[in-house]
This record gives sequence, C-alpha cells and structure tokens, in this order.
Amino acid sequence: MITAETIAAHGLTEAEFTRAKALIGREPNLVELGILAALWSEHCSYKSSKRWLGELPTTAPWVVHGPGENAGIVDIGDGQVAVFKMESHNHPSFIEPTQGAATGVGGILRDVFTMGARPVATLNALWFGNPQHEKTQHLVAGVVNGIGGYGNCVGVPTVGGACSFDDAYNGNILVNAMAVGVADKDRVFYAKASGPGNPVVYVGAKTGRDGIHGATMASAEFDEGIDARRPTVQVGDPFTEKLLIEACLELMATDAVVAIQDMGAAGLTSSASEMAAKGGVGIDLDLDRIPLREDAMNAYEIMLSESQERMLMVLRPEKSNVARAIFEKWELDFSVIGKITDRQRLSVRRDGALAADMAIAPLVENAPVYDRNWASVPPLCKLAPPPPPEDVNRCLLQLMGGPDLCSKRWIWQQYDSMVMADTVQGPGGDAAVVRVHGSNKGLALTTDCTPRYCSADPETGGAQAVAEAFRNLVAVGARPLAITDCLNFGNPERPEVMGQFVGCIRGMVRACQALDLPVVSGNVSFYNETNGRAIHPTPMIGAVGVIADLDHMKTLAIKGDGDVLLLIGETHGNLGASLYAREIAHAESAAPPPIDLAMERRVGDLVHQLIDRDLINACHDVSDGGLYVALAEMALAGNLGVTLDVPSAPATHVWLFAEDQARFIVATTASSARDVLATASDFNIPAQEIGRAGGDALTVSGARPISLTMLRQAHEAWLPRYMDEG
Amino acid sequence: MNLGVIVFPGSNCDRDVQVALSPRQSGGEPSMIWHRENTLPALDLIVLPGGYSYGDYLRSGAMAAHSPVMRAVVEAAQAGIPILAICNGFQIAAEAGLVPGGLIANENRKFICRDVDLRVENSDSRFTSGYQNGQIVRYPIAHHDGNYYADEETLNRLEGEGQIAFRYCSADGAVTDADNPNGSSRNIAGVFNQSRNVLALMPHPERAADSRLGGCDGHALFDALLASLS
Repeated sequence: MITAETIAAHGLTEAEFTRAKALIGREPNLVELGILAALWSEHCSYKSSKRWLGELPTTAPWVVHGPGENAGIVDIGDGQVAVFKMESHNHPSFIEPTQGAATGVGGILRDVFTMGARPVATLNALWFGNPQHEKTQHLVAGVVNGIGGYGNCVGVPTVGGACSFDDAYNGNILVNAMAVGVADKDRVFYAKASGPGNPVVYVGAKTGRDGIHGATMASAEFDEGIDARRPTVQVGDPFTEKLLIEACLELMATDAVVAIQDMGAAGLTSSASEMAAKGGVGIDLDLDRIPLREDAMNAYEIMLSESQERMLMVLRPEKSNVARAIFEKWELDFSVIGKITDRQRLSVRRDGALAADMAIAPLVENAPVYDRNWASVPPLCKLAPPPPPEDVNRCLLQLMGGPDLCSKRWIWQQYDSMVMADTVQGPGGDAAVVRVHGSNKGLALTTDCTPRYCSADPETGGAQAVAEAFRNLVAVGARPLAITDCLNFGNPERPEVMGQFVGCIRGMVRACQALDLPVVSGNVSFYNETNGRAIHPTPMIGAVGVIADLDHMKTLAIKGDGDVLLLIGETHGNLGASLYAREIAHAESAAPPPIDLAMERRVGDLVHQLIDRDLINACHDVSDGGLYVALAEMALAGNLGVTLDVPSAPATHVWLFAEDQARFIVATTASSARDVLATASDFNIPAQEIGRAGGDALTVSGARPISLTMLRQAHEAWLPRYMDEG
Repeated sequence: MNLGVIVFPGSNCDRDVQVALSPRQSGGEPSMIWHRENTLPALDLIVLPGGYSYGDYLRSGAMAAHSPVMRAVVEAAQAGIPILAICNGFQIAAEAGLVPGGLIANENRKFICRDVDLRVENSDSRFTSGYQNGQIVRYPIAHHDGNYYADEETLNRLEGEGQIAFRYCSADGAVTDADNPNGSSRNIAGVFNQSRNVLALMPHPERAADSRLGGCDGHALFDALLASLS
C-alpha cells in the first residue's frame, strides 16, 4: 500500500498520483512508483517549463535535429554535423563539488557520443557565491578539480567557458557544462528503439547505489539539511568514460546499433522508457542480468541508480557478437538484459519475479504539464549618470582586478585545453575555436549570460545573453549557427520566479528570431534556491558557429604598432546594471542597457564582412565593464599599449564604462582604416576612430598613463591570491 | 619506414602524435598497436604516447608498464630501436625501467597546461640533433604528475653521461626555480637512456608541430628523428 508520505517523499503531488493511477489502471507498487516519480520529476518531464519552451525557435535549414534527442545537431558542411548540448549539474556540485562537477562533464559528453559524434571540446559556465562567503573557496577548488580531473583524463579539451561570483549564488552555485562533437551526417544515432525481438544491451560500468533519486533531488529546493543528501551524488570514472567513448564509436562504425541512449538522470528508468516511448514499442528487462557493483540491490535501486558511464543499446541480433567483442576488447561490461517487444509496456523482472509492468508511452506522453502562475518583474528606472570618479584608471584597475573580470587563468590552466591537437583558439578570447579534424574549418564555441541584467529586466537579459553569444562568435570570424540553453532559475511554483523565466524566454525568442539562431538542445534547472532565496535568473547560452576558412579567424590581440582602433556601433552612455554602477558608483538597481536586435544583426553582418574582406586584424566585442575594459583586454592580449582619444560627449567615465550593446572594437592598419569606416557607413552603422596602438601603456587624454605591467599584475593576481593564499 | 604508436586503455595523445608524424614521412601513417599484443612487428620507431593509461589509477604509468606489449617494447629498446616516450609515455617508460628516475605529483598538486621554455641540453642524439646545444624551444606541458625525481647519485650520473635532454628554463635560457613548473629535480624535463635510443620527456613536441596551434618548435625533433631512421 502506497501511503501519502511515500508519495510526497517521491516528489509527487496527490493529484499527480491520482492521475498516474488512472493511467496505469491500478495502484502502482513501490518500484513502479519510483519509476513514475522519476519520469514525472521536473528534471525529466519539464512539466513547469514545457509550456514556454515551445515558443523558442528550433528550426533552420542547417538544423538537422532540434530539441528532443540527447543533443542538437547542425550541419557544418562537407557532409559533417556538429552535435552539442549544455546541461546543469548545479545541485550535486553544491553538495559534493568535485564529483558533482566531474559527473556533469561525463554526462554531457555521453549525450554527444551517444549520437555517434566524437566529442571535440567541452566548455563550462560557473557561477559561485560571494568570494567572502564561507563556502565559496572550497566550492571553486572542488568544481575546478572535478572538471579538470574528468576532462583531462578523458582526453577531450576544455576550451572555454565563464566563471563569476555573486551573492545570489551563495546557497546554490551553477555548474553548466557544454560538450560539442563532430559526426558524419549520415552516421548519426538516435534513441528510438525498434524491432520486437531485438536484444537490449547494457554496456559500460557496473551499477551501484549511487545517485538514487538524483533527478528528484534536482527537482527540489535546498534547506539546512542538504549535507544529508550527499549519498545521492554520483561518482565519476573518467577512465571508464574514455573506454566507453572508444568502444561506442568503434561499434557505431559497424551497422550493429539500432538505437542507443545513455543512462543519465533517473538511469535505467529514463533511458529504457524514453527509448521505448520514442519507438512506440515495449521493453522487457531482466534485472538479474545487470552487472552490479554492490550486493543485494533490489529492483527499485537498480531502476533508479544513477551510476555513471553506462549506456543502453538496442542491437541487431545477428550483430550482437560483433558488439560483444568490441566491448570485451575495451574491458567494459556487456550484458544482454532484455528485448524489445510489441506490447508497448515496460516490464521488469528481478529474482525471477515480475517487479514492475506498466504501459510506458501513456506515462511519458501524459506527464503533467503546468501553466504555472507568473508575475511580471516590475520595470526599473534608467540610471541617472553617476558623478565622475577621481581617477578612471583606478576604476579600470579595480574592475580588471576584481572577481568578475579578473583573469581566470588559475582555472583554465588546470584544464587540458590542447589535447586532440586541434585547439586553434583556447581559453581567454571571445570564443574558443577548434579545428574540424583534418580540415581547414573551425568551430567557434562560447557560453554567455549576464545574470544581473536578467535580474533587473528578464526580457532584456534573455535577449542580451543570446546577442552576446552571437557577438562572441562573430568576433572570431564565425558564422553563428545555433544555440543550446541551460536555463537556471529558482522555484517555479513561486510566481515571481516563473515571471523571470517567462521574461527570459520571451527575450530569447526575440533574439533567436532576429539573429537566426535556433535552439537545438537544452536543459532547465529549477529549484536553485535555498530557504526561499533564489539565484539570479540565469539563462546560460552555449553557441556554436563555423569558420569556413581558418585563415580568416580573428583574435582580440592587438597586432601592430600604429594600428588604428575603431569603435563600431552606437554609444548611448548607459551605465544601468553595469559593473561600474555596482562596483564603483554603488548605484541603486536600474534598468540594463536596452537591446536593439535589428542593430545587433546589422553590426554583426558588418563585422563579418570586415573580417571576410581582410580589413581588420583584431576584433573584440564590448560587454561587461564597457569600452575601457574591452580595450584593456585587447592591449594585454597583444602586449601593446593604446592611446585613446576621448570624445567631448558623453562624460569620459560614462564613455569608458557604459555597457551599451551591439558594439565591437576592431583594430586595423592605418591604411585600411578608411575602408573600414566607409564599409560601416555603407551599413549605416556609426564607427569612429578611438585610438592608436603603441607603447606599453593605456593612455586616456587627461589621465596619467597606466602601464600594461601594472594592469596585467592586477588582472592576473586576484584569483591565485584568493585561491592559494586566502 | 615502419612507425608504431602503442595504444593503452586511456591513451589520449595517440592520434596527436600519429598526426604529427604522418606528413613528415613518406610511408603513410604510423600504425596503432594495441597494448595487449605480445609481439611487435618490425618497427623503426616506437612511440609511447601521452594520456591517462588506466586512468592514472594506482600510480601514473604503473599499470601500463605491465601491459603485455611492454615486454616487447623493453626488448626493442635493448636492441637499439628508437623509442619516443611523451608525458604519460615518460611515466610508463620510467615505471618499465626504460629510463632512470620517476615522476611524482607536481609541486603545487595541480594539473598544469601551458607553454614552457626548454633548454636543449644535449643535441647529440637522433631526437635532438636538429637543435643546437643550449637552444631554447617552446613546447606545451599538460600533466599532473610531471615532477621528475631521482636520487643525487643518479642525477649526477645523468649529467655526467649527457643523458639530460631538456631542462625547464626562462625565455633567455636561465635554469631557475622560478622557471621550474612542477618541481622537477634540477629542472629536468626530458631524459635519455644510456645509449640515447630512448627519449622520455614530459612536454609535448607533438603539440608544437603545427603553426595553427601556436608553435612549430617540435618540427625539428620529428624531422631529425625521421631523418635518422631513413
């Protein structure tokens, strides 16, 4: 008999349980309840977000497969596709940072190679709490150790990402991992099971008790008791993952595989159910044949274990031995654990007895969908310009040497960013670039979001996250193709959180349409809140673009003495929600800079043309910290100073630190500068010369020069000092 | 010319070194040899590649050193066949006794991935003859356990017999503690065996052999090595 307590402990409401009973036609037993609760968890069912996710554009001529599979697929030409997805591992990483982050990397890699793609790069976007918070340093150390330990061993380069700090993440950090793979377009594999009688095969690592209820944990908020949840965190084994990649790709080169799905959230339950539901077939599983790591595991535990590095496959029966030989060569477990049936039921046996037997498609298809109440976030006023500071250079040092903008070298130097020998542009630039192996093409990759904008104005923030990702791809010379999203929010049952979600989605929809960037995969992470305090709305965007000819790739480093620096785009002087407003002016919350998506598009097209015509030799988008920070980053990367000509209006500090959108700084030789200005004028986009490269200092008219040595020292010092001496 | 790259479970720079060698020799790609082989085909060069053989479990290189193929590799080394051991390959070579000393965790206990400057200590080998003694070259490192350790007597012998191939140094060639990324004894980045047909080094020459990837200082190593074989 299932009690009300048992139902609640599985994260289901009474109404949901009643609905499930009606679909099953009787009361479920405990194993069935466990399966049902996992499938209907927020994490697996998207029950609070589905209603809104449907509004995101997901198609384009170059999209091969959008959301709904393990990862999204876009055409990159020459018969090849890029396969990519970003996913959150927030809850486990807060509880057990090293294993939580490591298994986040492992899981997202499996989503990519499950589809037949060799993983070629990972990125990760990290948000931590205030550096002074008692847990922050420990969490940074653990997460970085987990990501590095996994990615380095598995041999996929960690090429980029983002890391920042904010009070809003004190109780809930964000660990969002993105993986990108490359496959031949005609060798992509899906999770759609078919062929009654075909064997269902388990491969990879053994099953233990780790991670049971991981999906339901990720679907609840935290309170003081979270440390007790540590046993629900999975443990990663990158060595087994490496073997699994090689074995799966070797097998996929044969024609043995009918369908394949990794065992991620809710483990065997979710993989078996999804494969069956997608194919409109049933699956019989004999749990006595599952390779187990621990003794006396019952059906409930086996079905809900989230042990890592495991895959479920449907094979052609006559090829089963080919597959077995490959997995034995790689010393991985291989076990035929069941077969496909035409009964459309998930039927599970343990110790010879029937342990669960339910019609599966109705449960997957009729998972509850909620149109949650939501309340719009009230608009904030525009920021009145703050008074000028005493010394703009001291402001620059403070920003460049603070937690938000400081160099993250301490982190990325612990990641192997070069393995596979195709990393053309590693961490530290606008976007990372990996060469498509054996070609002269590149994939440009970036992750972006500005949570303080999303918090101040969700719709503008959602649009800005997409626009900034677009700009970062354009800046390295890529044609932006598509995005994956990782939507991190608080408790969706609270109307104000749901209002943030709706606002961000609406902004993303507008930006994706205006910039031709369909969403091809993604993940929603709700319940990022502790004791009723939610994180900033953080719709993290992972974007992929293609560079047709790597000779046209750009970096942000200034190249030559005497080169001219030009600002492209319009400066309005908007300091609202800027880093300057928060860190220097300590201003009240205010509206973020508005987004003009038509302008973003035109500016992007202009920069793309400037790069195509070889008119510029360095390029950087203007984002966090504004123009002065962007210039400083270009100067540090090129190890060349800049003398800036400040216009008479707006006020110098406003011009230097405003975060107006749709802007780039480009560098070019003195002889090409006129062509750049003329081209900008053809596009009807403001462009102006703002300075010249030379020397070893940044010089703003009216202020003392600031040496690159001093700037670099400030930029590089903060994170190592915080981590190693703090 | 027959070149072979040994692939252990967990090797992950096997393809990278295969790519670095391929365009530089006429005989096509080096062959990949699975670690379970008991015998080797006739080879002119054996590469022990970088990576995480056996996940670095137990101790870096310790389990791979007992792979079936390693007996044949040791015999080949004794017969004078050139062996290039990079990163995890160095750890395996040390565990298998192909070169003296061992590799322990970096002094800062962290994985380090970055370019380093190296001083060529002995250009009198088939691996380093494309460089001058004292020349400074730049290769990347990417390791957690790259801290070379040997006892004083061994270190003195290595120095006396010209078995030190590379040392970590500053951009102008000074060998200082500040330029020692991982705490290696006497800044040692790479060593030869006594007859100098085995080179084992932590830095990655195969990651410094493509102008797109930021440097080509590794070309001279591969060119000299392949020229010595033909």
